[in-house]
Order: sequence, then structure tokens, then C-alpha cells
Amino acid sequence: MKTTQILIAGFGGQGVLFAGKLLAYKGLIEDKNVSWLPSYGPEMRGGTANCSVIISDTPVGSPIVSAPDCLIAMNLPSLLKYKDSVVSGGVIIIDSTLITEKIDRDDVSVYYVPATKMANDEGFSTLANMILIGKLLDACDEFTIDGTEAALEKVIPPRKAEMLGINLKAIKLGYDFK
Amino acid sequence: MVVFEKPKALADVSMHYCPGCTHGIIHRLVAEVIDELGIEGKTIGVAPVGCSVMAYNYFNCDMVEAAHGRAPAVATGLKRADPENHIVFTYQGDGDLASIGMAETVHSATRNENITVIFVNNAIYGMTGGQMAPTSLPGQVTQTSPYGRDVNHCGFPIKVCEMLSELDGPEYLERVAVNNVKNVKKAKMAIKKAFENQINGKGFSLVEVVSSCPTNWGMTPQKALQWVEENMIPYYPLGVYKDRSADKAE
Amino acid sequence: MAKKVLMKGNEAIAEAAIMAGCRHYFGYPITPQTEIAAYMAKRMPKIGGTFLQAESEVAAINMVYGVASTGKRVMTSSSSPGVALKSEGLSYMAGSDLPGLIVNVQRGGPGLGGIQPSQSDYFMATKAGGHGDFRMIVLAPSSVQEMADLTIKGFDLAEKYRMTSMILADGTMGQMMEPVELNEPEIKEYDKSWAVTGTKMQRKHNIINSLSLIPDELEKLNFERFQRYKQIEENEVMYEEFMMDDAEICIAAFGIAARISKNAIIAAREQGIKVGLIRPITLWPFPTEAFAKAADKVNSFISVELSMGQMIEDVRLATGCKKPVTLCNRAGGMIPSPEQVLEAIVNAAKGGNK
Repeated sequence: MKTTQILIAGFGGQGVLFAGKLLAYKGLIEDKNVSWLPSYGPEMRGGTANCSVIISDTPVGSPIVSAPDCLIAMNLPSLLKYKDSVVSGGVIIIDSTLITEKIDRDDVSVYYVPATKMANDEGFSTLANMILIGKLLDACDEFTIDGTEAALEKVIPPRKAEMLGINLKAIKLGYDFK
Repeated sequence: MVVFEKPKALADVSMHYCPGCTHGIIHRLVAEVIDELGIEGKTIGVAPVGCSVMAYNYFNCDMVEAAHGRAPAVATGLKRADPENHIVFTYQGDGDLASIGMAETVHSATRNENITVIFVNNAIYGMTGGQMAPTSLPGQVTQTSPYGRDVNHCGFPIKVCEMLSELDGPEYLERVAVNNVKNVKKAKMAIKKAFENQINGKGFSLVEVVSSCPTNWGMTPQKALQWVEENMIPYYPLGVYKDRSADKAE
Repeated sequence: MAKKVLMKGNEAIAEAAIMAGCRHYFGYPITPQTEIAAYMAKRMPKIGGTFLQAESEVAAINMVYGVASTGKRVMTSSSSPGVALKSEGLSYMAGSDLPGLIVNVQRGGPGLGGIQPSQSDYFMATKAGGHGDFRMIVLAPSSVQEMADLTIKGFDLAEKYRMTSMILADGTMGQMMEPVELNEPEIKEYDKSWAVTGTKMQRKHNIINSLSLIPDELEKLNFERFQRYKQIEENEVMYEEFMMDDAEICIAAFGIAARISKNAIIAAREQGIKVGLIRPITLWPFPTEAFAKAADKVNSFISVELSMGQMIEDVRLATGCKKPVTLCNRAGGMIPSPEQVLEAIVNAAKGGNK
């Protein structure tokens, strides 16, 4: 019996909600109980945006993630706000292109991924979120990379089907990043 | 040979209106038009809050009683529930249409909602006992303007047809009166046109009927009609304020 | 069986309404329920339905009144300040015995308040939906699946009893996504001979009306209406019991508060504290009997709410003040954490709940 709580946080426009949706769909396909909860309101424009995803073998109670097993931080304010809330033994994944701050905890696994730079180098500047998701699939024991394509097919609308390939490429890039 | 009879669309009940009130005339005109167009079976009327609140008892078609001012919104729902088969009219007074319900009036007009609005303007709140209406004339004495309507204190009367005519939406706006036989005949033609427009799918058609209120004006019925002629009509000139189809034809 | 899909609570309500045969929606934009309007704006024109953005919440509920008068399924949705504006129409619908569905995705108040989740419209929904003596059936979903299921149920109950049903959700329930399974519902047909659809010259005219100037007639209408309400209280109460079999402490919570409470209950049970939950699904009719029975069994109650304590009054009434009832709450758009609820449970277990 396992419950994994993920918090993805960054600026509005970085694809925070989309990244969360991908994880939720992945959980759904794997027949887990899942919930996805966005922050909403004026802060969606430019301020911090975050999304709580819970994937569980048992029914999900509160959909609000206050103590994440895994945090993806895509900007400094988000990292500062949530880094101490990550459970001991948890995972923090940081976009190190945008955040130079280092984590001073030794009870969590931290991954510094220059996702924004990597995405820019590859010519898909909007997919830093997918690179970080790739890293999460590698870093969290509860996840595997299997079934990612099926989940992507659920979250990418048919009219943008041509985006599937590069999303998958971005995820693999993050997954393989050491 | 029958030379005069009650219109079929008018129920065979006695009305509660005061002696000399022109609501009876206007009800009759609406009913005659419904008869002539043969639409009673598909017509749904909306009664307002005000003197004509109980109009739902006076017409033989299906009727709905609306909250104060909301008749055009209710009519919007009734019409859109079955646009092909429902003929919908509202019957509203000046407080209902031009004060509390102004938003509903303006927006149903600008949507060119395919309904017919009969707007009875007698420049006073009748049912509650004669308070100042949005259409009370400058200087008019009412229960709540005992020293006469002071436009510096509570503003000017609202000229509904003129105001709505600035909108691109509405199909047809005409102001008529029922103070003499000639005007009654003209009023009927306008009401008929407002229903025909709806049948032909043309859209929002409003007929403002300048009317009297002998009881709350404190006049005899005859004097009240004279007051309509001398005071109301000069402030609220009769005529067509908008007729989109006719304008196009020109 | 339909396939499970991920949907936002607000979207689940909209799609379920369409599946329930609703083809008319009127609304006015307000956060956090706007997805319902957006969904309807997209879908309705494609299925021959009507979506209309009204000039105000007041106009929207009166458009609902118009369609409801014709006997067709119709709905509106809003959030707290907007629902307050609709109270006029809700009262008129009650007085005219019209069915319809109203959705309130609550936010913090009073006044303009905020836009974060709240349950502070419990009073407004269950006690004071508008002026005059009347009730609404109030349904409180606690999952996205229930957002859909209770929407379908709400339409059915509204027609069955000729009254309004309200879905009382909150910003969290509206915004969150969960797997949901939408199956084609069976739609029961109820008598609509009262509806205004034109006499077709074949019957006496129907009148939809809430005016009745003769007091003893109006009294009679009120008594008859409350006879109907009594049937609802007897037949339509819905609630969920969670770990109540051996419970010594009973939490009362609905919607999002119930979900948070479940986390706390599981954590408390790990500490050996026997605690359970009664989750009202119908807030009106309130599950009075379930709480009365629990009062004979448990030592104390905790009402967990996103308000300054509104449902707690009904819990006290239902339990006849036999056992202490305390409040565990956040307000103004804040949400209690499972830890806060756990603390309240631990405190109650120590006997601090008196």
C-alpha cells in the first residue's frame, strides 16, 4: 500500500499543470487512485503556479499536498516556499538553469537538472517541464518510464498530435540525465 | 349579428383595475391581436409586478408571473425553451421595466431577443399607491415626490424608446398612446406589428404605451386623458423610434 | 461501463448535466466555477442546446425560471456572491413549484471575500436560500465522481418533488481532477401537465405563479409544500459512514472537509484512537437520524468545516446536545490540514472535548 504525493511548482506558463496532468494520467492508466489539484486565481498570471498530484493504491483523501514525497521546483520562490515541506527521504528536482540555490538538507535526494538550458539547446524551449518529469520518473522508485507515451496521448489534444514525439524526447532526455 | 364581443384570448373574468384605468384597453388590444393572428394556443404571456401583476388571470393563453423587473429574462427562458413553437410576450409597467428591470430590458433588447414587450408608461407606481416612477415627469407630484419631482435631486425621467433606439440590437421600438380613439387604433397596429415581428423571427419588438392613472394622479378619468395629451405626450413624443426591417427596405 | 477519464469537478458537473438531458444553461462569470460555463458554451451549440451568458446572476436565474416553467431541464451555476444574487429567483421558483438545478462552487466571504475554497454558504443553502418558507434539496459532493452523480440525481429529485436542487461544492471540488466514470443515466419521466408550453387550444391555460394575496390560501400552499418536504426528509437522506462501527469519536464533515478528515481518521486509528466519520451527502435533508444514533454510542463529536461553524448547529440539533460537539475549522478560503484535524481528534480522545 503506497501513496505518493507530488508537488510541481513554478511560474504560470511553465507547464506546471500540464506536467501534473501527465503524471495523473499515468497513474490512471496504471489503475491507481489519483487526484490533481491546481492552485487557481490571479496568481496563475505570472505569479507562482503549483499543482498537487497524488497517486495511491488506496482512495485519495485530501487532494492537497502539504508534505510532498517529490517536489519539482521550476523557480526560486517555489523552491524556497516548499523545500522544507518535502518528507525525509523524499526527492527534490530543481531546474538549475533558473535556480542557482543549493539545498542544505541531507535527508532528501536532490537532482539539479539544467532543464531550461537543455530544452533551449534542443530547440524545444517550452519543454523544460517534460525534462524534469523525465528526471522524476527516474528518481522516484514509484515510477517507471513505461507507459509514458500512452499517458502523453491522453494529455496532448489530437490537434497537437505532432507534439507527442518531442515531448517524449524531452522526457527521455531528463530520464537519462546524470 | 354580433357587433361587439370580448376577444377570445381575454378571459371571462372581471378585472381588478380602477375605473378609468387604461390597462383594460391595452389588455384588450393585446387579446385582439392574439385572436387576429390565431396564436393563442402557442402564446405564453409574462406578467410583471405592478398594477398588472394579475394579468395572468386575464388572458386565456398560458401565463407566467415573474419577479419584479425580470419579465424579459423569464421571457428569454420561455422563448429559448422552444423558439419554433412559443410566442412570448411580456406586459410591464414603468417601475418594472425602466427601474428595477432596466438591465433585463436593455440586455434583452441588445440581444434582439425574439420576444414582444408591451410597456405601459403611466409615470407612476400604481399598485403601491402612487410613488415616483422612473418616468414621472419633472415637477410631477407623487407620494414620494410630494413637492414635485426635483430633477436636481432625483434626476430626469427615462425615455425608454429613445434610449433603446441607440442600440444596434432591437428590431422595433414604437411609442403609442391610448388617450383617444385615433391613438388606440394606432396602438393596436403597433402591437400587432410587434407580434408579427416575432412570428417572422425578426426579434425584439417593444411598444411603449403612454397611459394614464386617474387614481394616483388624483384626477377624473377624463381629466387624466387630457393630462396625457397636455403633459405626457409632449415629453414622450409618439412615433416609431426604430424599425430595422423598414430602415433596411428604404 | 464507460471508461474512466480524468475530469475537473466543474467539467464533470457540466457533462453530467448534459447526460441528464439538460439543454439550457444560463450563467454569469465568477471564479471558481467558470469552467462550467465555458464547458457549456462549447458543448451546447453542438447538441442543439442553449448556452446564454446573462447580464447578471439575477437575470440568469430568471431565465432558468422561464425554461423551468416549460418543464424542461435547466440549470445555472455560480459562486457564493453570485448565488446570493440568485436568491430572489430561488424563492420565486420555490413559490411557483418549479424544478431546476443550481450549482454553488463556494468561495470565502462575506462580501466579495476571496476566491479560495470555502463552505461558508451552508446556512444560505440549507436555511436561507431566499425569502419566505422554503427548502432546497442540497447535495454536497466529496469527489469528482459525486460531482457528476449528484448532478444527475439533483435533476431527478428536482423534477420528482417540483423544487430546486442545489449542488453545494467548493473551489477545491470544482478545480480538482480525478478519474470519473460517466454512464448514460436512466432518466425518469415525471408529470409535467403543469408546464406552460402553449394551450394548443386544447386545455385551460396553465399559470406559473407565486403570488397569492389571500392569506389562508397562501398558508394552505405552504402547508402542502411542507408535506412534500416531509416526504423528502423521510425518503431522500443520503450520507456516508466511515469507520463508525467501533467509533468513540465522531467527525461530522462534508465535501472537501470530509476527505481531509479521512486522512486524519486513518492517522488517528494508527495511534489507537477509535474515531469515525459521518459525511452528510444531503445537507438538506440533513441526516439527523444517523447523528442521533451516533450520539448514543460515541463520546463526542467534532464538526470539521471550512467556515466559522455552520453545520455544527445542525449536528447539535440532531444529537440533542447529548454529547459535546466541538468545531475544527478554517475560514476565509483556508483549508484545515489533516494534522489540524488529527490534533482535534487527539484532544477529544484525551477528554478535552467538553
